[in-house]
Amino acid sequence: MTVSGAGHRGFWLWATSLGVYAFLYVPLLIVVVYSFNDSRLNAEWVGFTWHWYDVLLHDEDMLAAVGNSLFIATVSSLIATVLGTMAGIAMHRYGVKALTFMALTPVAMPEILLGVSLLLFFIQVINLTLGLVSIIIAHITFSIGFVAVIVRARLAGIDESIFEAARDLGASPWETFRHVTFPLILPGVVAGGLMAFTLSIDDFVITFFTAGVGVSTLPLRVYSMIKIAVTPEVNAVSTLLMLLTLTMIVLASKFSPDVLRGKT
Amino acid sequence: MSSFARKLFSHARLAKWAVSGPPFVFLLLFFVLPGAIMVIASFRYPGEFGGLAPLTAADPGTLQGFTLETYRFFFSDFIYTEIFIKSFLVALATTLLCLIMAYPLALLIARSPKKSRDFMVLLVILPFASSFLIRVYAWMILLGPQAALSQIVNGLLGALGIAPVQLLFSPFAVLISMVYVHLPFMVLPLYTNLEKHDPSLLDAAQDCGANAWRRFWQVTFPLSLPGVFSGSTLVFIPVLGMFAIPDILGGTGDMLVGNLIKEQFLGTRDWPFGSTLSIMLTIAVLLFVWIAAKLGSTRGRYV
Repeated sequence: MTVSGAGHRGFWLWATSLGVYAFLYVPLLIVVVYSFNDSRLNAEWVGFTWHWYDVLLHDEDMLAAVGNSLFIATVSSLIATVLGTMAGIAMHRYGVKALTFMALTPVAMPEILLGVSLLLFFIQVINLTLGLVSIIIAHITFSIGFVAVIVRARLAGIDESIFEAARDLGASPWETFRHVTFPLILPGVVAGGLMAFTLSIDDFVITFFTAGVGVSTLPLRVYSMIKIAVTPEVNAVSTLLMLLTLTMIVLASKFSPDVLRGKT
Repeated sequence: MSSFARKLFSHARLAKWAVSGPPFVFLLLFFVLPGAIMVIASFRYPGEFGGLAPLTAADPGTLQGFTLETYRFFFSDFIYTEIFIKSFLVALATTLLCLIMAYPLALLIARSPKKSRDFMVLLVILPFASSFLIRVYAWMILLGPQAALSQIVNGLLGALGIAPVQLLFSPFAVLISMVYVHLPFMVLPLYTNLEKHDPSLLDAAQDCGANAWRRFWQVTFPLSLPGVFSGSTLVFIPVLGMFAIPDILGGTGDMLVGNLIKEQFLGTRDWPFGSTLSIMLTIAVLLFVWIAAKLGSTRGRYV
């Protein structure tokens, strides 16, 4: 009785879970499939083509946007990795409460709030012309928290006595950091950096408010395309972007498995 | 050297400041300060050409200084409160739908053999790793008028003699993509919680004669409440401030707080009012976090 009851329940659990997995994957699969579809309409399968990828490769605006996105992501993730690693160490070792709050709140609150407050600040207070610099600053601001959390998780897994040993052997704080702490947290630092890079490449909302008129990024370009007219070129760029973020996430997880355990 | 100076410049102190200083200063400058300025801006007058009025106007007759005007304006027309209420309801509906969909999946993963758990979690995270905008765009295709889903729905409605409906640019499109985009935020904390449950508790409940239904509602579910609350917070907050989804998939009537804020900053350029709305949104978020924390702790006492 109980055994068949459990089996029955197991079946329902499996069926609903499969449904949820399908809900997660079918929409994205359709985007990928239609990127190879020989039709302007995303409605039915007509035939296989590379045409939309070809259109994409000759779209000057899109290529410029990709270039901007890569530049912004590289610079902002490098700076965010340095600052975020410092923040992670400060949070773990010194328990600086104010820093924990400042690093994690931008991650937790609705993105639009950071976007508009930075817009206000850049224009009204420091009179900065919106463009690459303002976007990079904005991206660093929201990435620091992600890097800090990953680095802190890494530090929490290290036995404290190893640092005491280094001190007892006469190592200065810098030497301890250079030869003990840093090599141990390096996987977390790299994972955090890759995470920051991915977040920057993907960010739409905060970039939307801090980009101004002159500079476009990949998500901004995709946004204006789907607001005007949906063409399978968007599918093609989406497919390539999915491939890129997928690679970044897999790389990040190689360095720090925590990234994939929902602990960050 | 005084003892104070020695303390200040000791190695440990110096290291602490060297490590915390740079991120602290950066975030103070580009997170705390802009937030503070937004609070100030909400008490200012709009400038002649948008933005803010200069604090020291050349002509003393013009509007300057501080005012409660924007806050008075917010409460003068019920439409603004209404948009807040609507955003709250959309966030609540999204959170509940995410909970209903995420729970069985999280439970299944938590009760699967240890070996396959990581892979099953990975399958939840992967689609979430693709760009936010792409995940929203996917629903533009799925709900498009020529897409199979619209054809089937309208075919069924037609058979019943009901006029065809448009799925895209509707509240339905907004809600379903809100759920789609935020679902992993609910699955992960739920799974992290459910994974830690001691299976012997369920055996004990069964030995005491509790059927599957009672075992779930009296053992599993109450124990999972911390996971439910943290997942709900992770879904509710971003949805409350969302502007991109209603902007892309919603109709003209589906404006939420986020869209209203965006309109003030980039459309009509009434920055003081935009700041006021942002402050209101912040207060709404803090209120929600406070209530969720309160609920979490009182429920926790009974468990």
